[in-house]
Amino acid sequence: MPEEEVFLQGNEAVVEGALRAGCRFYAGYPICPSTGILETMVMRLPEVGGTVIQMEDEISSIAAVIGAAWGGAKAMTATSGPGFSLMQENLGYAVITETPCVIVDAQRSGPSTGQPTLPSHGDIMQARWGTHGSHSIIALAPSNVQECYDLTIEAFNLSEKYRTPVVLLSDGELAHMRERIVLKDLPIVNREEFPKGPVTFPLGEELGGVSPFPTFGRGHRTHVTGLTHTIVGYPSESIEVQTKLLTRLIGKISDNRKDICKYEVHNPKAEHLIVAYGIPARSAMELVTERADIGLFQPLTIWPFPSKAFRRAAEGKKSVLVVEMNEGHIFREVERHACRAGVEEIELCSKLGGGIPAPEEMLDCISAMEGE
Amino acid sequence: MENFQIYREDRWPHMFCPGCGIGTVMSCFQRAFLNKGLDLDRTAFVSGIGCSSRLAGYVYADSLHTTHGRALAFATGLKLAQKDLEVVVFTGDGDLGSIGGNHFIQACRRNMDLFVVCVNNNNYGMTGGQVSSTTWHDYLTTTTPKGNPEYPFDLSRVAATSGANYVARYTTAHPKQLVRVIEEGLGKKGLRFIEAWAACPTYYGRYNKMASPVEHTRWLKENSIHIEQMKVDGKTAEDDIDLQVTGKVTIGVLRDADRMSYLEAIQR
Ligand SMILES: Cc1ncc(C[n+]2csc(CCOP(=O)(O)OP(=O)(O)O)c2C)c(N)n1
Repeated sequence: MPEEEVFLQGNEAVVEGALRAGCRFYAGYPICPSTGILETMVMRLPEVGGTVIQMEDEISSIAAVIGAAWGGAKAMTATSGPGFSLMQENLGYAVITETPCVIVDAQRSGPSTGQPTLPSHGDIMQARWGTHGSHSIIALAPSNVQECYDLTIEAFNLSEKYRTPVVLLSDGELAHMRERIVLKDLPIVNREEFPKGPVTFPLGEELGGVSPFPTFGRGHRTHVTGLTHTIVGYPSESIEVQTKLLTRLIGKISDNRKDICKYEVHNPKAEHLIVAYGIPARSAMELVTERADIGLFQPLTIWPFPSKAFRRAAEGKKSVLVVEMNEGHIFREVERHACRAGVEEIELCSKLGGGIPAPEEMLDCISAMEGE
Repeated sequence: MENFQIYREDRWPHMFCPGCGIGTVMSCFQRAFLNKGLDLDRTAFVSGIGCSSRLAGYVYADSLHTTHGRALAFATGLKLAQKDLEVVVFTGDGDLGSIGGNHFIQACRRNMDLFVVCVNNNNYGMTGGQVSSTTWHDYLTTTTPKGNPEYPFDLSRVAATSGANYVARYTTAHPKQLVRVIEEGLGKKGLRFIEAWAACPTYYGRYNKMASPVEHTRWLKENSIHIEQMKVDGKTAEDDIDLQVTGKVTIGVLRDADRMSYLEAIQR
């Protein structure tokens, strides 16, 4: 497909990324600041032969998306805080049934209704642990409109490759911000169909942890359940089966960080290191371009956390500053890896009010650490 | 084997209690499905959570056993992604009428092209006999030990007034009629709703003085009245909405409309 230069909002870039990735089904429920995705999908999806439906709530939106995935479609939903909370049970259903799908959370501040139009990164831990039970998840965080496009494609690709739901954590600022971007012709991962005929092991570890997908309506006669199931797909109460299933489901993501995790490192030789994702990474970039003594580690993949890559980046640093628009969701993750890398000064620059951390605020934090 | 024509032999014996009405629904559905000559490879089964919802997993076809109350929403996505697949939903009164109540009325309102079979046993069987949205007033359950202070939903009336194209109800004591309406509904478009009013001798029966399957089935028979008989008796349509007026549950085909279905509407 030809590349094209366009001027888009973050929400629109997500839609364009989804369409390039092959998304053909969208279900959603209006909620600020993600509504633009639903409204743009309504215009754009039918043009490529896809189907859109506004459901009665976010529980049914993600349910319809999972149903559509089993019907063979690449499928997506988008929401914001309150809706993301409602989706948690079915997010876990997608995890255990190994259903490829993409969930966009344009984060606004909470708890509850909070500030509908202001950005926040308060759902980082919810994306990781919001659904009950032991599990792994993939979550990506863009910091500009170009990354909204790129990472939406990446989200679809990872969801297909690992047969898992992938969460894209955008926010209220990115959703409405307009920038010039390139609709790049990125590689697309398509679903591998289960060999013809009835399915004998829809979820087996025999195939290296991820099995091809037995799409409904093609004669596989597969049984899919949110109950713990044997490799034939039937419910099981056995401790052994549950242990094996969870070990595989967690492992297929946690053990593949090298393939899954994307991150950027700027000024690798600097003595101070900032860790930032999403919009704050943009502010940090301004600082980093002006100051050779300050570096930036920007995880594009938040979950699984790129722990090894971060440890390499943190080695020998005088200080590490974590900048977050929450009370410190990845701070502890960073702290334990920075400690192991031998860093002594590790601090959090937290901004809660819906404002975006400015470069000067980060600089103040770094100076304060040095002054101690 | 005759018994397993559409069911998974390798999952036998099934989990249902002796005397449970779900067994009757299974055999009625199989008869109707075979009579209709439908293809298991081109039919998918979706269900929520509960004893009734386990039905989907016994059919030898693609089946999605989902989360409690949400079957209709999953089924909606599946149908829209593969529009020529017949999508059948198995659900219970708790799954459909209580936790899934909103999805139920919305799917009916949309006249979504789904075939829905609800096994209404007036209580939550799977979790041990708690009150549901169809438990009768003053009846006993583990969570209404002094009698149910609430009033029940009439699921079929809810479906009909919400816009479902085809609505029929029979009890599991009327297997022939159940086969007939399932067969009739399978041939139609839009949302088709079959309510199978069923015995749960283990819980609802045991707590309400009809612990044996025979007694429970007699109760179903004695407390149901055919819609045509209602007309003969001069009862109005409103009377049968409130069980407390007639004391009986209306059975028969309660709605057979030809409203444009969701798929027809979006494919115009
Ligand atoms: C979200 C959620 N809440 C509660 C439950 C527990 N639960 C399992 S089955 C069930 C009731 C099912 O009742 P019904 O749909 O009437 O089916 P029956 O077992 O009577 O056939 C409940 C409450 C659950 N699985 N998920």
